[in-house]
This record gives sequence, C-alpha cells and structure tokens, in this order.
Amino acid sequence: MVSPKTLYDKIWNEHLISDESGTSLIYIDRHLVHEVTSPQAFEGLKLSGRKVRCPDKTVAVPDHNIPTTGDRSKGIENIESKIQVDALRDNANYFGITYYDVDDIRQGIVHIIGPEQGWTLPGMTVVCGDSHTATHGAFGSLAHGIGTSEVEHVLATQTLIQKKSKNMKVNVTGSLGEGVTAKDVTLSVIGKTGTAGGTGHVIEYAGSVIEGLSMEGRMTVCNMAIEGGARAGLIAPDHKTFEYVRGRAMSPKNSQWEKALTYWKTLYSDPGAHFDQILNLDGSEIAPVVTWGTSPEDVLPIDGKVPDPKEFEGGKIEAVKRSLEYMGLNPGQRLEDINIDTVFIGSCTNGRIEDLREVAKVMKGRKVKDGIRAMIVPGSGLVKVQAEEEGIAEQLKQAGFEWRFAGCSMCLAMNPDQLAPGERCAATSNRNFEGRQGRGGRTHLMSPAMAAAAAVTGRLSDVRNL
Amino acid sequence: MDKFTVVEGVAAPMPLINIDTDMIIPKQFLKTIKRSGLGKNLFDEMRFNEDGTEIPSFILNKEAYRSSKIIVAGDNFGCGSSREHAPWALLDFGIKVVISSSFADIFYNNCFKNGILPVVVSPEERDALMGDAEKGSNARISVDLEAQEIIRPDGTTVSFEIDDFKKHCLLHGLDDIALSLEKEKSISDFEKKNKSQKPWV
Ligand code: SF4
Repeated sequence: MVSPKTLYDKIWNEHLISDESGTSLIYIDRHLVHEVTSPQAFEGLKLSGRKVRCPDKTVAVPDHNIPTTGDRSKGIENIESKIQVDALRDNANYFGITYYDVDDIRQGIVHIIGPEQGWTLPGMTVVCGDSHTATHGAFGSLAHGIGTSEVEHVLATQTLIQKKSKNMKVNVTGSLGEGVTAKDVTLSVIGKTGTAGGTGHVIEYAGSVIEGLSMEGRMTVCNMAIEGGARAGLIAPDHKTFEYVRGRAMSPKNSQWEKALTYWKTLYSDPGAHFDQILNLDGSEIAPVVTWGTSPEDVLPIDGKVPDPKEFEGGKIEAVKRSLEYMGLNPGQRLEDINIDTVFIGSCTNGRIEDLREVAKVMKGRKVKDGIRAMIVPGSGLVKVQAEEEGIAEQLKQAGFEWRFAGCSMCLAMNPDQLAPGERCAATSNRNFEGRQGRGGRTHLMSPAMAAAAAVTGRLSDVRNL
Repeated sequence: MDKFTVVEGVAAPMPLINIDTDMIIPKQFLKTIKRSGLGKNLFDEMRFNEDGTEIPSFILNKEAYRSSKIIVAGDNFGCGSSREHAPWALLDFGIKVVISSSFADIFYNNCFKNGILPVVVSPEERDALMGDAEKGSNARISVDLEAQEIIRPDGTTVSFEIDDFKKHCLLHGLDDIALSLEKEKSISDFEKKNKSQKPWV
C-alpha cells in the first residue's frame, strides 16, 4: 500500500524534477512578476544572455508603486517609481511576457489578479517575488514568495531549487460567531503560533470553518500564512474552488476542463497522512480581533486591554516595550478607547469584492466620523468596476470614503499614500511593522468590518456593538 | 558571487527579536533597479533621524561597530517581506555573517544567493555570542564556513549545521542558475510529460 500523503506532499511530488542530497529541483507552473523585485532579475538575464524559458507561464503587473489617484494614463510623477514601472513594461515586452498596464482594467495587486484571471489553478506551483504569494494557496496550489535571485532563476529555468518543508495542519472547527470573519481567523492563528511558529512548515488549513469560507475568505486566510512564518499556506480545493475558477480567462475549457477537474479532485490530504505539527482552534472561540503592537502576532480580541510587557518572556519583553512606545500606548488601556485618524481598506489580504461588500454592509445608514481620513483601494480594476456596478462605490463615497484606483497603496506606502508620523490607522492589510505604512505611522490590523466600525466611531470598536 | 571562506572581526549585537526586512531596508529604498548602493540606507529608520543625522545610540553608529562584518541578532531575524534588498543592503554595508537562533525562511535563502552566511545556533549559544559582541572592539569573532565553526574571543568554538549544497555553493561562489541549467534534459522531459498529462498548465 502506498503511504498516505498530505496535500502538500502530493503537489510536491508532482513537481519534482530531481532530488539530490536533500536539495530538490521543482517545476514552477506560474510565475507572477511585479515591478519592485524584478528589475535586477531581468538585468541579470540580459547580462548573461539568457531568455525567459516560459513566457506563457509568466505574467507581469505593476502594483506596489503606482498612484491610486488622478489621471493614471498621464504617467507617474515620482521619478524613481516611474523608472521601475517603465522597466517592468520594457522587460515584459522584451521577453514576451503578458503585461497588464496601469490603464488596463485587469491591472491590480498581483495576488488579486492571479486568481481573477485564472492564472492560479488548483495543484499548481505558483511563485512571485513577494512574500504574500501564499494567497494563491487558497486554490490548493503550492504558492510562496521568493527573492529576486530566485525570480531570475525561475525566469531562466522555470524551476526552483528547494528543500521540502514540514507539514503543519491548522484545524479550525465549529463555526464562527456573528461579526467574525476570515481575517479574525488568520490573525488569531498567528496570535497562537507567533510569527515564527510556522517556520520551516507548509500549513494546510482545514476544518469546518475553513470549508465554510468563500474563496475570498480562504485567500485572506492563506495570505497571512507568511506572517506566521510558514513557507506557504494551502487549502484543499472543493466545489467552491472549482466554481470560482470555471470560465476565467486562463482556466481550462471544454475537454481540458473535464481532465483538469478529474485531477483536481485528487488534491486532498489522505486520511492518516502525517503532520509534523497540528494546531486545533475552536471557531466559536474566535472573536473579532485587532493588533495592538508592531508584530502581527500582537493580536487581542477587541474587548481586551493593551498588555503589560511584564506579561511576556525572554526577548519579547523588550520587543513589547519598544512597540508600545512606538504605538503610543500604555499597558492596561482598553483597546476600544484607542482613537484613530485614518482607515485604510484594501491590500491583497482584504481588497476583494467580498471585503468591500462587508464594509458596505456595516456602513449602511452610517457615516465616516468627521475628521477621519478613510480610503478604499480596490484590489484590482475589475473589483473596482464590479463595486461600482453594484452601487457599493457610490454608497461608500456618500458615507465619506475616498474611492481610489487599484494598487498596493497604503499597505506598504511606496506610493504617495502614507501615514504621517504618529498618525494612527485602522488597516485591513497584513503588516503592522514599524514604518510599514509611513515613517512613524501606527497600524492596527483588523477585518474590513472592524475597520468600517472604526471609521464610524473614530476609535477601535467592536463591530457587533455598533 | 564572491567565494566565502573565513570572516573575522567585531560582531555587532542586535538582541531585538523579529527584526524584519522593513527595518533592515525600509520600502522607500526599494525603488532602485540596481543591486548596489543600498548600504547607506541599511537600518535607515533605526540609524538616522529624519534630518539625516545619525542616531548615536544605534549600534552600527557606535565607533567600535561601524565596520562590523558580523551581526549577532535576536530570534526570527529577517521576517516579513521577501525583498532581497535586505541582504543586498547588508552586503553593501559590509555584513557577511548574521548569527541568530532562528531566521525567517525567505531571508535565510536570499542570504546564500548573495554570499552572506546566516548561522543558526542554539538560544544559549546566541546569548553567549551576544555577550561577546557587547564587549566591542576587543572581542573579535571568527566564522569558518569550511570547518562549520565560530571561534569566540576566548578561543572556544561553537559549531553549526548547514545544508551541504548551500555550503558548497557559498564556498565556491557558484551561480545556481548555471547549475540548474545543467539539468536541461530533465527539465525538458518533465515539460513533455506535463504537456500530455496536464495540458492546461
Ligand atoms: S498589497 Fe501589500 S502585502 Fe499585498 S502585495 Fe501589495 S504590498 Fe505586498
């Protein structure tokens, strides 16, 4: 009898080209490219006279640097950003790679457009020079971030030198309470494991809560696997996955669809497959959460209080002192008493249509509090148009939100969307590191519904009590 | 890539845990299309005031540590973004070795592609080396990749584990791409098989 395998084992084995002394060469099915981590890789290719091995498996899009306001067809004002975006366009043309330009409706955050266009499919290996590539694991693909040297390696060889990770399972059972979303699940998992808890592992998320999530919600969960230190996060594909990918521009059609579907249905962890680590969570115990510190593991339920550094151990004591100082918070302060200046809704974690619908639901009959800067940055041009067609855009503009073009925007503030020093933000993105959203900026991570609640009250708030 | 043999010098202590790549090289410096020149912005927001003057208390601004080639760091060094600008900035500054009890995955891999050696030691060994590093200019540490050994100022040694393939590439300054392209036949065979079995890929 063949030994039972995990989903990760199966995808790994299917892509293994050679396996020598613990170092493996694996085949890469999809390579997503953006402007920040690719110029040096393309330059390396040119210098060594190499070509892109599979331009048809590669797609490029600018997202990190681009402005989200104004007339984008006029080009980018910031010279360095312009050079980077121009370089991506030139390189894509030169090497024959599909490219969605800034004024193309299909442009958007690389991790949003991959699934949207059907580039991401179950069972694939997907890489991108960006740590949140784990997002694509929601489709039952093995997806992870790589560095620029590896970007060059994949461009030249369509392979990657890898060491197999260990298997970890995160089981979220039961069901979620009202007002609790995929973002609360993924943040709570990181709160439990810590930012290094998944290091060396690929996490498979499973259990009734995960099965109950929409594809958008599953993407939110997998997106933050990296924040728990994992190499990748994935979820076994099911009928929701297949329905989502059916009919997308790049997904298989007709007889190929049937063939693909037959294969995709084999993508699950066999009963009895070995996991090196298992974490069980009861969905009913997960509350709407926010982060209070400068690490994604600094998570607490919204009805909690800012912790005291004394409650921690080892190196974390100093880290907590430092982060409370940076965040301008005091131990014992109620999280719900923390006033905010800004609300940012967007990013590859929560910039999809379902997230915007969630915000619209909370904002129904309500307004953004006076004096609060609130912005919505859809994850892609198509998400933006869909929200406009559904009337969400108009409703949210009426409620006081700024309505932007698609891009990474204030998730990492490489474009003009930044926090000022000391400015406090309720953000739906994935990182609350020092300076992440602008030097001195203070970030609290949360779900779109919770961010909307904060917009209404002007402070961190429990969406259930609005 | 330069060959890595032995690196010897003063090590800078950075006990903070979870030093992320946003700290190592903040995003405003990612707009370059070159690999070089990032050293001057290494740890920018910790190292410089907003007006560009140095923050004297930051370790690499202290006289003894200005030309450190080694960093001894707290747990989970290099977490966060996959930006290879982080190892580029370290290297451009002159850092060739980072010693910690754990590293984030992508950062760890990125180091090897750039001739930087990340050394994993136990938490106790890290604390001992942190103590050495805190002694400043009189306490020189030597890291020998071939022997897989750190030689402490008092002459005692700490040995470390490293993947054979990574060690080999680092010692010989080998380019991964050339190595993988030697497997051209296996790659093409794989692609042929894939084309018939999974034509949609
Ligand atoms: S939205 Fe944020 S996390 Fe996602 S790709 Fe852009 S910068 Fe990275």
